[in-house]
Amino acid sequence: MSMLEVEGLSKEFGGVHAIEDLSFRVEEGHIHSIIGPNGAGKTTLFNLITGIYTPSAGQVRFDGRPIGGVAPSRLAAWGLSRTFQNLQVFFNMSAIENVMVGAHLHVDRRFWPSLLRLPGSVRRDRACRRQCADLMEFVGLGPYVRAEASSMPYGALKRLEIARALAAQPKLLLLDEPAAGLNATESREIDQVIKKVAAQGITVILVEHDMKMVMGISDHILALDYGRKLAEGNPAQVRANPEVVAAYLGAQC
Amino acid sequence: MAKLMNARSGGLALLALVMAVSPLGFTNAYYYDVAVGALFNAMICVGLNLLIGYGGQISLGHGAFFALGAYASAIGTSRWGLPPLAALGGGAVLVGLLAFVLARPILRLKGHYLAMATLGIGMIIYIVLKTEAQWTGGPDGMGVDPLALGGFVLATDRHWYWLAAMLLLVVVWLALNLVESPVGRALRAGHGAQIGAEVVGVDTSHYKVLMFVVSAVVASMVGSLFAHKNGFITPDIAGFHRSIELVTMVVLGGMASIYGSVLGAVLLTLLPQVLAGFDDYEAMIFGAIMMGTMIFLPKGLLPSLITQIRKRAGGRS
Repeated sequence: MSMLEVEGLSKEFGGVHAIEDLSFRVEEGHIHSIIGPNGAGKTTLFNLITGIYTPSAGQVRFDGRPIGGVAPSRLAAWGLSRTFQNLQVFFNMSAIENVMVGAHLHVDRRFWPSLLRLPGSVRRDRACRRQCADLMEFVGLGPYVRAEASSMPYGALKRLEIARALAAQPKLLLLDEPAAGLNATESREIDQVIKKVAAQGITVILVEHDMKMVMGISDHILALDYGRKLAEGNPAQVRANPEVVAAYLGAQC
Repeated sequence: MAKLMNARSGGLALLALVMAVSPLGFTNAYYYDVAVGALFNAMICVGLNLLIGYGGQISLGHGAFFALGAYASAIGTSRWGLPPLAALGGGAVLVGLLAFVLARPILRLKGHYLAMATLGIGMIIYIVLKTEAQWTGGPDGMGVDPLALGGFVLATDRHWYWLAAMLLLVVVWLALNLVESPVGRALRAGHGAQIGAEVVGVDTSHYKVLMFVVSAVVASMVGSLFAHKNGFITPDIAGFHRSIELVTMVVLGGMASIYGSVLGAVLLTLLPQVLAGFDDYEAMIFGAIMMGTMIFLPKGLLPSLITQIRKRAGGRS
């Protein structure tokens, strides 16, 4: 069964079609990339899939369940997690606390044990902190385990969001431009992180302009332009598609 | 982790020490009276800071929750003959329920609108307390019996001081627990980046509502204690001025700083004593302090102080 099914999805903003009649499927365990020029509707699509926007028409089904109108916090409980192109980091907290918030659904968050600092809840919280430190190592943030989020550089914050999303133990992870603003070495490190994530059986949907990354790690690519599907297929097929080259790749290569 | 534990228990120990030693300088009962007022305010501000500093939600209505607690105790004990603790608890439950019912619609508002809505609620409560004279005694106020706990009557300000000091330690301990727990993290995350918190499963409005209720309940309980200690209450304790005072204490001490709230409450409770001759200008002075803090110390006294100390220490090593 498909992890995500998008059918006839449309989103209008005051007459402008950001997404128009879009349909595609994402298979379980795959790395699925979405590419397209700026303004093609990639981030809008992400916001529709993660429940931040409600569709004007059409439907998104996650793991067989329709997600139209379901609150983002519910979707997270269903196993859907994401990162943001424009960071959504908790700058009022330490780096590891950011990741620990990601584990929110899997920790003891009852009021009274928290208020009274009961030994059991303290112990579980320490275990959570250790796991989150491991996750930070996993995404290459080892040196920042004790840092404050507000003191970290941009590239590290991008990874912090990935670690936070992973802490939620998602089935489907959406990454919105994880390599934006990173240098080539950092981008290749992110490649490795994404591959390792997919190897754990987590389905990944990736929006990215770094074509080296997209072509290198994707199982499947969807090319968008003006909110419509331009092409779909494996990296070789999409790269060979003349429309994609004209609309997007040509300008890049 | 060990470091955090030290900072935590160290802070509590320091607070306990300061409160234990301070009475050495109290030369007469009046000092105790003022000190109890400071400790009461500190408790309310610690609760209020959970909402304002950690949750990022302003409230200009907490003076009214304080007053409701006070009147619950006054009416419960003198009209219905309830034991003081039952009246205190009953008042806290009622205020908690009221805050819960109000919180969902109000906390949907943001910024100025939220401030206006909480201000409005405070004013409504003030008017109700003033006009429902058959219950509250109206503008003339009503008397309250001293607090008796299992046969022991808290008759002097000295008794009250030690009770308030112990309670403040408990409140600070509970607040620190909460802030460092998954509940506190979820609350702070909702303040830091609401959408970022939502997508990892945090129901941010749930935590805002929860803190609105918790801070209102703390204010109510302190209000109950205040009623017994003062022996007489009037609707003025629900006044707008009181709510502003509480928010000023939180902002001056430092948003999202538990010990900062204690400091802010103590300083601003003592201030009118120092400025005894400037009674008429008190509101103006509070306003000036609020503005000055926002402009020159946006993080508040204690956090700014800690940053300074860290900088110095860092420069040396």
